[in-house]
Amino acid sequence: MADAVALDKVELKLGTKEFRFDCRLPAGAVTAVTGPSGSGKSTLLNLVAGFETPDQGRILIAGEDVTEKHPSERPVSLIFQDNNLFAHLDLATNIGLGISPSLKLSGRDSTAISQALERVGLGGFERRMPGTLSGGERQRAAFARALVRRKPVLLMDEPFAALDPGLRLSMANLLADLHRETGNTVLVVTHDPDEVGRLADHAVFIDHGHVLLQAPTEEFLTRRDIPPLAEFLSG
Amino acid sequence: MLTQTERRRGIGWGLLSLAGVTLFVGIAVAALLSWDAGNTQSRLFTAYTWQILRFTLLQAALSTLLSVVFALPVALALARRPSFPGRIWIIRLMALPMGLPVLIGALGLIGIWGRQGVMNSLLLKLGLEQPVSIYGLSGILLAHVFFNLPLAARLLLAALERLPAEYWLLSSSLGMKPFSVFRFIEWPAARRVIPGITGLIFMLCATSFTLVLVLGGGPAATTLEVAIYQSLRFDFDPPRAIALSLLQIGITALVLIAISLFPAPDDAGITAGRAMRRFDGRTVPARLWDTFAILLATAFLILPLASIVAAGARANLWSLVTSAAFLRAAWTSFAIALSAGLLAVLTSLAIIAAREAVTDMKQPGGTARAFSLSLGAMSSLVLLVPPVVLGTGWFLMLRPFGDVARFAPALVAIINMLMALPFVMRVLAPAVETHRKRTGRLAASLGVSGFSRVWRIDFPVLAKPLFTALSFAMALSLGDLGAVALFGSSDLITLPWLVYSRLSSYRTNDADGLALILGIICLGLTMIGTSGQREAKRG
Repeated sequence: MADAVALDKVELKLGTKEFRFDCRLPAGAVTAVTGPSGSGKSTLLNLVAGFETPDQGRILIAGEDVTEKHPSERPVSLIFQDNNLFAHLDLATNIGLGISPSLKLSGRDSTAISQALERVGLGGFERRMPGTLSGGERQRAAFARALVRRKPVLLMDEPFAALDPGLRLSMANLLADLHRETGNTVLVVTHDPDEVGRLADHAVFIDHGHVLLQAPTEEFLTRRDIPPLAEFLSG
Repeated sequence: MLTQTERRRGIGWGLLSLAGVTLFVGIAVAALLSWDAGNTQSRLFTAYTWQILRFTLLQAALSTLLSVVFALPVALALARRPSFPGRIWIIRLMALPMGLPVLIGALGLIGIWGRQGVMNSLLLKLGLEQPVSIYGLSGILLAHVFFNLPLAARLLLAALERLPAEYWLLSSSLGMKPFSVFRFIEWPAARRVIPGITGLIFMLCATSFTLVLVLGGGPAATTLEVAIYQSLRFDFDPPRAIALSLLQIGITALVLIAISLFPAPDDAGITAGRAMRRFDGRTVPARLWDTFAILLATAFLILPLASIVAAGARANLWSLVTSAAFLRAAWTSFAIALSAGLLAVLTSLAIIAAREAVTDMKQPGGTARAFSLSLGAMSSLVLLVPPVVLGTGWFLMLRPFGDVARFAPALVAIINMLMALPFVMRVLAPAVETHRKRTGRLAASLGVSGFSRVWRIDFPVLAKPLFTALSFAMALSLGDLGAVALFGSSDLITLPWLVYSRLSSYRTNDADGLALILGIICLGLTMIGTSGQREAKRG
């Protein structure tokens, strides 16, 4: 399998914290990025997304060097924990901005937006405002935008952390379905070992700014020889 | 996260506004310093300047002391009585003097405390020989307390209301007596904010111009600002004006340094009517004392305001409003206020954009950090170099180029803009920051930038704070007499200048009517501003 995302000897210093990432993430798979809080898992995601640029090293997406590229020029879609939608714009406009940042939309684009909303279970919600939706519905709308963008890589930063446990389960199923259909590469930051098992094919464990382990999920969840990981898995 | 273009544009606008403001202030100061320096130095410390300096500091110190000392019992009483009848209106009343043009407030005070005022007739009837004088030191103190007591009371009240509700539950379950509550709970909360409040009020009083101009007089009761104005306008003695200006800058610099050592009083949390339950102060004397303090303060504030309304209503308002003099002054004032307001908002946006661009840099170098710092300092430059000093500098600078009156409207607008800048920044900077925190990464990842971002993402959300800032700035400019005083002439008459000249020519009836109209306009603008702010906070 080709590498979808590679961090090639990436080094970064933020304040007093130092990060060093060197890893390759497989294409077409869901990879969980996990570790204790403050370990640097969101920083890794920010590096891939382009919100941080490394001091040293390169970042490659699908073999292309994107180290110096602005977030909007990278072939990725993003879903954050919250504030995924502009609160003053309706859902169709929010999703439409994912297709064209200046909102030049064709008739076919509008159809695509409606279909995407339908697919995530928000059919007919085109004119609804984000404020009138529940937290779960807002995350679904963010999924719909990721669908219409058709980018090969989807980055998610604790996308379900703000949801109830029951909702988390149904969102995980939705993510799995969408991933089966699109076959894209997914990076999901999570601090929850259960979610790693539920969502991911692979997992990356980060501690103090370094990758300590990268392994398929079954192996990841049974390893007990790395003390920080053992502590993390035991809760 | 910003695109290269956005970053370059932000820095560019910031540099432009920094250069503009620095040049404007710099030229004024340079003009002061270069004007016949030898002569100025000998004028710096004469018996006259010493006297002015002493009086400036004395009245500022006394005004501050009285404002804070009287504000404390009022704030304590209001905090202790969460369900005092009409409490919310009393707190709103305390915000009024902030939005009221100083000249209008002075007129109201004269109406109550003046020689023919309500208070003195009352005292005379009681058989008191020496009535209160609204002119001289006592009048200046009275007026400064009128404007600053409510400010201090609101800030103190905010500090008291920020205390956790559990404190009051705890103190009553521990059986703490009123003095213990004061000693262990209320005073420590007040003590934290009092240095900041004191600094703020001292600064306002030390640079107060209009009140001293109207209520002071003679070298015995003149502050530096008014003395500068008189040296130029009446005696035409530039060296003396320059010497006084330099003293003024020195004083404000010292006060600003002193203030920066204390934490700034935070009025962000001025809550109006948050439900707080108090279990202390239920005895009859405590109730009586609190009621007395609240009612006295309310009467002290409301009487001059009522006097403005009553006196204004006696004037023939319709013929005033339709008179050519009023219409011309209103148009001039509006044009100046709108230019000053728009300039202030645009300059603030440039400062914010540039600081954002610097923050966004990966490793901002020393130059970038210094740039960001000077942008921040620039917004409060007017505190260091007060309007009258700026006006004096430009007056001297432009005199060789012909009639200063020709440049006057532009100068007044720019000086008003600088005066409004700190307020506008305080409204806009946090609003933009919150907006960016919410939408910055999202907009960057979707590639929404340039016009599309301004139009679709920024403007709909920031329209309200922008409007708030604009109306604040316009109200400030509309009510300002300080900048226009040096340049006012038959060619440049703003509304406050019209009121002032009517007052000086003893056409008090007209002055009262005009004052009422101007007061309503300014308060209306401020209210529009604050209502927008309140909704922004809720949203």
